[in-house]
Amino acid sequence: MALKTAKMAEQLELFGCIQCGKCTGGCPVARKTTLNIRNLIYHMLVDSEMDTGAHEELWDCTACFTCVERCPKDVQPAELVIALRGDLVEAGRVPETVGTALMSVFRQGNPNSMARQDRELWAEGMEDSLERAKKAAKEGCDTLYFVGCTPSYDQRVQRVARALMRTFENSGLDVGVLGTDESCCGNEVRRMGEIGLFEMLVEEGGETLRSVGARQMVTTSPHCFNTFKNEYGLDEMEILHYTQLIAHLIEEGGLTFDGSVASEDGEEKVVTYHDPCFLGKQNQIFDEPRAILEAIPGVKLVEMDRNRERSLCCEGGGGRMWVEGTNLEERLAFQRVEEAADTGADVLAVACPFCLLTLEDAVKVRGLDEQLQVVDIMELVDLALEDADASPAGDSEEEE
Amino acid sequence: METMEQEPRIGVYICHCGINIAATVDVEKVTQVAADLPGVVVSRDYAYMCSDPGQALIKQDIREHGLNRVVVASCSPRMHEPTFRAAAQQEGVNPYQVEMANIREQCSWVHKDEQEATDKAEALVASAVAKARRLQALQEREVDVTPAVVVIGGGIAGMTAALDVADTGMPAYLVEKEDHLGGRVADLNRTFPTLESAPDLAESLVARVEEHPNITVLLNSQVSSVDGYVGNFEVAVRGDENQDGGGSADRSIEAGAVIIATGYDVFDPDRKPEFGYSDYPNVITSLEMEERLAEGDLTVEGRQPERVAFIQCVGSRDIQLGNPHCSRVCCMYTAKQSRLVREQLPDAEVTVFFIDVRTFGKGAEEFYDEARSKGVRYRRGNVSEIYRKPGDPERVVLVAEDTLLGEPIDFEADLVVLAVGMEPRDSAGELSQLLKVPRSADGFFLEAHPKLRPVDTAMEGIFLAGCCQGPKDIPDTVSQAKAAASSALIPLVRGSVPVESATAVVNEELCAGCAMCVDVCPYDAPALDSLWGVSRINAVLCKGCGACAVTCPSKAIRLQHFTAEQVLAQVDALVD
Repeated sequence: MALKTAKMAEQLELFGCIQCGKCTGGCPVARKTTLNIRNLIYHMLVDSEMDTGAHEELWDCTACFTCVERCPKDVQPAELVIALRGDLVEAGRVPETVGTALMSVFRQGNPNSMARQDRELWAEGMEDSLERAKKAAKEGCDTLYFVGCTPSYDQRVQRVARALMRTFENSGLDVGVLGTDESCCGNEVRRMGEIGLFEMLVEEGGETLRSVGARQMVTTSPHCFNTFKNEYGLDEMEILHYTQLIAHLIEEGGLTFDGSVASEDGEEKVVTYHDPCFLGKQNQIFDEPRAILEAIPGVKLVEMDRNRERSLCCEGGGGRMWVEGTNLEERLAFQRVEEAADTGADVLAVACPFCLLTLEDAVKVRGLDEQLQVVDIMELVDLALEDADASPAGDSEEEE
Repeated sequence: METMEQEPRIGVYICHCGINIAATVDVEKVTQVAADLPGVVVSRDYAYMCSDPGQALIKQDIREHGLNRVVVASCSPRMHEPTFRAAAQQEGVNPYQVEMANIREQCSWVHKDEQEATDKAEALVASAVAKARRLQALQEREVDVTPAVVVIGGGIAGMTAALDVADTGMPAYLVEKEDHLGGRVADLNRTFPTLESAPDLAESLVARVEEHPNITVLLNSQVSSVDGYVGNFEVAVRGDENQDGGGSADRSIEAGAVIIATGYDVFDPDRKPEFGYSDYPNVITSLEMEERLAEGDLTVEGRQPERVAFIQCVGSRDIQLGNPHCSRVCCMYTAKQSRLVREQLPDAEVTVFFIDVRTFGKGAEEFYDEARSKGVRYRRGNVSEIYRKPGDPERVVLVAEDTLLGEPIDFEADLVVLAVGMEPRDSAGELSQLLKVPRSADGFFLEAHPKLRPVDTAMEGIFLAGCCQGPKDIPDTVSQAKAAASSALIPLVRGSVPVESATAVVNEELCAGCAMCVDVCPYDAPALDSLWGVSRINAVLCKGCGACAVTCPSKAIRLQHFTAEQVLAQVDALVD
């Protein structure tokens, strides 16, 4: 049962392709797996059928969209991967872990196989704030905070959500959250090819988000940010990634750091920043995260050679959190943390839940954990703010 | 001038345009329907009305049937209205009594359904016939010209054009914004495919221009406004007197024609951040490579490169960047540079990364053959990214796919040359507004017709030369400059120019002197006669755009050839 290529090639406008190889050349996983998107496009153009089941490497794509950003002919190569995955999804020929994640989104509103009623676990220890924010969302608030699945459920990333919530409250923002009414944004669902489920999430989720009537919505994850901003049609509210909002607060004087992240003897922390694909390459947000880091007292920002548009993908996107891919030995995250370590940095700062998890894991596997700490920018912000309170309630202790 | 009203005797001609029209429109049916329209004496269809036999058909009918109106249903009047007007005129029919119906661009090319297309073609023909019945003969008029040419831009195109004009004995004014002539060619090293010295080439022209008694060179100067029309332009030039040496004052020049030769901008490689141009000293542009080759110094921070890579199409053929065009010179200058590098550094490995190699000029393919035979390696693949080689800060890694191998590669290099392309001048938009010369979608100035009028513009009397019209190499630039000079000289040699007869006229009895026509006219044609309190339209300045006629609240202005009566008859025929 092979896929007929003609219709899909036309729909995706693959005929614009000149086979220049810019896509495969820049594809971070093409170097370690058999995924060759240029070649797949060529087959779509010259063959009448494609046996998608024979292309196990389709699940290697991280949807980093480097190929899309660089294609001189504005062909969208990654969209072909998504469409071909869609064909596999329709035929039910997906890796088991992908199937589980998709089913979990459908049933529980998250891909983590966690119960919907547990979605507020992130707010442990700050229940009052949670209740206030839930009430604000019901009664109408200025800023809606979309926590996201991984920050809600993953114990490591929950800290980022708490840091954000604390900072919002400190800055006096009128912020609301949806609590257990919040559902998966579907960014990865779409990129895993489950278009039907994605459309359902857009329809139902879009309605829930609109009903709050907030002026702006801020997300923890660049992945949620990306789909809300570019794929949901939420024109009535401004969609922000938290780095934009925090950078804005700092610039406007709404957030001032009294503390510092420097060591007790005053030594600055050398921090390097890894641009998440969904924030940087795909949405051109490069300056705000750096502006935040530079504003934090005690931070000395250094750059990796491959930064901004040339940032190397951590391999956590496009559903890759739920499917291993075909080459387990050479992980891009290994390469990336070594690049970070080469800068002499003490801290590798990220602004994405997936980057945080993949890079932290890689630091451990590579034995760099003595030398390099992976944190989210918000954790540094929180530290520099919290220090001033002289009452380090909660997270810093919990981290021990 | 209107001639006596005659009983309309109309000939209708439906063109097949090969299959362009005939494949979608039932031309025979349209011809039959047209035959029954009031005033139509003869109705015919033919494969190509614009061809000589097609025109002969019209002429023969005019003679045999005593036609005094002609309707041609074919392509856009922009294309062949002059053709059919000339044909009719030869048989004594006033050219303003020829009407066209556009059944190609506005019908057969945009509709798929044959029935609908045929119905529409019938309506368009009926509409044209309705207007033709009411057409009035207009007198063609001529005005004298100022025998001088203003050339904007002192590069190789502008200098060549100015020299050709000046060699006829007519004065040429060469306006250059920099403090010297020569343009970009003066910054190059050697030309392809002959390996001549580019600065020498430019210098020889500069010397001739500077010595020429008929050329006035205005350095540090820019055109600030252009008024008038073909044959009689008034060009204001803003000088910069503060410049040392070649400073020049503001002045106004009267000229019969203007040639634009403003050249191009070089693509800024920082707009392709994946190449790290600003980050790495080993990544340079092709223009920087020209300088290095001229100086004979290819070292990077004191080291002689062992591996040199060229990347083609940087900033060209790129829809995302808004530069869909091919820059036409990069393939050849890269062949030239890579070959010169092989000669200067015989031990170095020289590799060119390409998408397609385009060598269309005379001697170009042969030159490319020679570059390869000298050991330049060509690898097919559009380099995606450059980063510093880990552990070796003096080298960079080119990340690409060799598409012929079908394999991603990491290619190490000590020196990388980005073959940057050409872009329209940053100032092209401003100049376009100033001269009312439109630009094409790529931002370069638009020629009046891509094939038949390549150096003309939509503005009569204003011509294009060189890269301001689109990327080209030196031979093409010089050819176009010579063509522009020759075209610009046509009205000047002739001594007079025909002016549009379909102009607006004021009925002074109705005019209230409100001056709204003065406000809306883009050509400053109407002026208020303060003594009589009425508007008068200078027919020489009027382009017949009709803005005044529709604005006039007293309906005192009538646009000849597009009168209310004619246009309403057309509309009535369409909605019938």
